[in-house]
Amino acid sequence: MTKHLIKLLIALLICSLTSACVHVREYQKNKLNDAEMALANRKAERNELNFQSYREGASGANAGKTGGGCGCN
Amino acid sequence: MKKIFLTAAGFAMLCRINAYAQVMKTDTAKKVFSLAEPPSTADNSGYQTKPLRVEEVNLVSSYYLQNGNHSAVTGGIGTEHVTDLSNGINLKLVWTGPGQHKNTIDAGLGFDHHTSASQAFINKSGASSTGGSRIYPSVDWTSENEKKGTSFGVGTYISSEYNYRSIGADLHFSAKTANKMGEFGVKLQGYFDQVRLIYPSEFIPTSTTTTTGGATVITTASGRTSTLSADGSETKSSIPSSPRNTYSASFSYSQIINPRLQIMFLADVVTQNGYLSLPFHRVYFNTGRDTIEHLPSSRFKLPLGFRANYFLGDRIIIRTYYRFYTDNWGTHSNTINLEVPVKISPFFSIAPFYRYYDQTAAKYFAPYEAHAPTDTYYTSNYEYAQFHANFFGAGIRLSPPKGVAGWQSLHELELRYGHYQQTTGLASNVVSLSLGFK
Repeated sequence: MTKHLIKLLIALLICSLTSACVHVREYQKNKLNDAEMALANRKAERNELNFQSYREGASGANAGKTGGGCGCN
Repeated sequence: MKKIFLTAAGFAMLCRINAYAQVMKTDTAKKVFSLAEPPSTADNSGYQTKPLRVEEVNLVSSYYLQNGNHSAVTGGIGTEHVTDLSNGINLKLVWTGPGQHKNTIDAGLGFDHHTSASQAFINKSGASSTGGSRIYPSVDWTSENEKKGTSFGVGTYISSEYNYRSIGADLHFSAKTANKMGEFGVKLQGYFDQVRLIYPSEFIPTSTTTTTGGATVITTASGRTSTLSADGSETKSSIPSSPRNTYSASFSYSQIINPRLQIMFLADVVTQNGYLSLPFHRVYFNTGRDTIEHLPSSRFKLPLGFRANYFLGDRIIIRTYYRFYTDNWGTHSNTINLEVPVKISPFFSIAPFYRYYDQTAAKYFAPYEAHAPTDTYYTSNYEYAQFHANFFGAGIRLSPPKGVAGWQSLHELELRYGHYQQTTGLASNVVSLSLGFK
């Protein structure tokens, strides 16, 4: 299951990179500028990211914190 | 060095604020806290300056409830019941100075209160405190040159709770590509923490009293000393602590592929050193004897992430995220996140999400009574165990043009619920509410 998902994501990544980037003008960015399209975490996700970093060995590469705080109980 | 850096960063921010305050002599004190768009003034160069104003206020509250049966406090067995109520406020202040430099100050204040059943068993009888609070203010200043597409900023952060203190600082920079289709960002962060050495009750020495040169020194079980001088004055020390430092460099590159697709690459390089164990985590050896968790004094982490967001048709957005993680303690992991917001109307969306996570065990992990006394490093904290986890739920987002429930200032509301389940048996539920005011 995991391996298939990883392969699918890698395939999507390769497709994204190999397809030529189109120059998008400002007036064509209405969909890209939608709040749901932001390449960032949602504000309401902040505490989810915190508890995941405390309960899991991995952290980082998600624009969240990379250290500090405890949350260790 | 740390003090010098923080002082210099704070001084630089004050200088810039004062500089613009002098430029904008027509400002009144009222405008500083106005949520309405303030008037602009033009300088001799033709650029427009805008006085300091509050652009946005965000409130985020969460309630977290967790259950499990592998607490690290009791050596990998025992209750992991935790509740956590978290509240945070973020204030975004902006102003535009001469030369079209847009300045943003992001000031935040967070407050958490948790209860933890296992915390009671730091004292073997289960008599220690089961609750605690954490407060964490932060300030970040960013100056953006909108013409050039570059930005630079500094930030600082403090977190304080009974057994842990943390001070952090960062420098960040970003630059857009010439055609504004891509953006590169870098952030350098340092966290300077102090871990209070609160040991399980069976490992703390008994209270002692000594008399030296007329002064009486009482050393309590926690290691705190109280000195009574001959003249009757008393001085008390705090509980001893040990440092833990984290340094990281975070890199990102985002790229617009076409009018519907944009992607981002993320990479962090993180190094930690100091006291990386926790003093109140027990480990039970295969002999039945217990001891305190012992982990190496350095750790190197390398997480690599990728995001891709795609607008499908007119109503559906596909938000994806993948992260590969590795560290020199032997943990490797994969994280896959998929969220599909569906726009019921332009101002209302429902977003179901699913997150898959797996990890291999750190080489220093073993469960209850599995470590040998000859092991150099040992932990029974299930954060370092092999497991996979599923996290799923849904969120709603409201952003009507006339404000949520007709309240013009409340421009955005997000409500999210998620259920998390690990193969270790740990399960949790989290509900979060975010309110955005303008």
